[in-house]
Amino acid sequence: MNGFLTIAGKEIRDGLRNKWVAGATLLLAALAFALTFLGSTPTGALDVKPLAVAVVSLSSLSIFLIPLIALLLGYDAIVGEVERGCMLLLLTYPVTRSQILGGKFCGHVAILSFATGVGYGAAGLASILGGGGDPESLRAFGALILSSAMLGAAFLALAYLVSVSVRERGTAAGIAVGLWLLFVIVYDLALMGALVASKGRLGADIFPYLLMLNPADLYRLFNLTTFENVRTFSGMAGLSAAVHFSPATLLLGLVAWIAIPLGVAALRFARREA
Amino acid sequence: MDAIIAEQLSKAFGGNRALDSVDFTLPEARCLALIGHNGAGKTTLMKLILGLITPSAGSIRVLDANPAKAGTAFRRQIGFLPENVIFHDQFTGTDTLRFYANLKGVPLSDCAPLLERVGLTLAAQRRVGTYSKGMRQRLGLAQALLGHPRLLLLDEPTTGLDPALRQEFFQIVRDLRDAGSTIILSSHILTELEARTDLAAIIRQGRLVAFGELDRLRADAGLPLTIRVHGDVGAIAQRLRRVAVVAVDRNREWIELACPLAEKMTLLRRLTELGPVCTDIDLRPPSLDDVYLHYSGKPMLAGTALATAS
Repeated sequence: MNGFLTIAGKEIRDGLRNKWVAGATLLLAALAFALTFLGSTPTGALDVKPLAVAVVSLSSLSIFLIPLIALLLGYDAIVGEVERGCMLLLLTYPVTRSQILGGKFCGHVAILSFATGVGYGAAGLASILGGGGDPESLRAFGALILSSAMLGAAFLALAYLVSVSVRERGTAAGIAVGLWLLFVIVYDLALMGALVASKGRLGADIFPYLLMLNPADLYRLFNLTTFENVRTFSGMAGLSAAVHFSPATLLLGLVAWIAIPLGVAALRFARREA
Repeated sequence: MDAIIAEQLSKAFGGNRALDSVDFTLPEARCLALIGHNGAGKTTLMKLILGLITPSAGSIRVLDANPAKAGTAFRRQIGFLPENVIFHDQFTGTDTLRFYANLKGVPLSDCAPLLERVGLTLAAQRRVGTYSKGMRQRLGLAQALLGHPRLLLLDEPTTGLDPALRQEFFQIVRDLRDAGSTIILSSHILTELEARTDLAAIIRQGRLVAFGELDRLRADAGLPLTIRVHGDVGAIAQRLRRVAVVAVDRNREWIELACPLAEKMTLLRRLTELGPVCTDIDLRPPSLDDVYLHYSGKPMLAGTALATAS
């Protein structure tokens, strides 16, 4: 077995042993079930597609929760091993630094994907069995699971970048929490403030690109504007007209948010002296 | 063949010279003890040998390769036990060793015999979190021994081991050396290394102040023997006025003399000529501690005459 797979496998088993996998999966499943079933009650109307409603509520929730899980999972990936002395030992083994970083990252992505896939998937399946799934809603739900995993990967990549850049775990934890606040809360508030302050003159030409600068906004736009039935529930019908990005562009944006921080992290890790 | 060739090897961190113009050649299948205070540069030298850091100046070749640029084939031939390593608490001893075996491309069937060799068979299925300090150290050693390394580096390997384990540990090291491995171990507990390593390198503030076989270092240091003479202390001191007195027993039952090696027989003859005044003699050659203190520049106790002796 090569170094990459060995390290990814160790990270996954580590996640299983220290209950990260179980915890994250249960948390996401519980919320998904709650939103899928409770969320469908107040809409009342007979033709409501509960799965489509669930996509709206779940994506709003995921924006807060998944970045937090990802940052907590990833912030000590490198610096933690360095502090424990394991990294010094690992670097003397016949593995390259990119195998170490890539293996750990993929292991963590697998944990997050499993948690979102199983957690959300179970709720989705229950909803379908309850007769709530038309083909388009199913596609929207599938896209939600996929993009949630990508959102997680983007914030994992950011966490890794922090983890290779600092000397102490405490610093990494602090910066991780800061990043969460920045991307999930502050950024949107600032954007909204700018819109209000400029009395809407912060034009339709710049605004969409500003949204591209935040992986959480990309995720939100992708899930709330891609599918017609979701759009009507989310109240984003107007916005989707203003934001002229195709779903593929939005996903590509998310991919960039994974690749760029991870690439920079790999470069910094390669240059870092043990 | 030479396992390690260091030429003018230097490493600076910022303005701090951790290692300064170190030259030495270590032949294969030898055991070298790196000796020095904490912060003298032992770990820096080990990291340079492992290729974890690159030299600021000078060069180092390890197993005929440049360690900082060498690939996985080089690393497969190396075993390393870091000074402080905390394995994951959640994994068992077996799981931990298997992880490292996979990384090194060593068959998993090698793990059980290695665990037995370091005496961890009974604890192999227990989580590392429940291990004592000594057991963790043994697991670290097992990990370093994976794949019969040609070069084994052990950073402070005996910390946390009780004396019995320490004996076992040195037995393992001797067996490996006899099987052809080159071993470098660092320590600041010097006396335990005596007669257990072929060569010693003494590092002081980043400089290599001595390198060679222990017996030669000891001879070059020219340290005196310590001779403890029991009997009538006053009479002995009177008769041997020109010999340096190191210490006198509080109850005046013995007196310690410093004697240059070359004058050993002369002094012994004079002592026996003293007759019944002298009842017993103990000889103590300079210990590795004394040799170390000599090279590391601390003032020696031996050789300073005490006025109270007469």
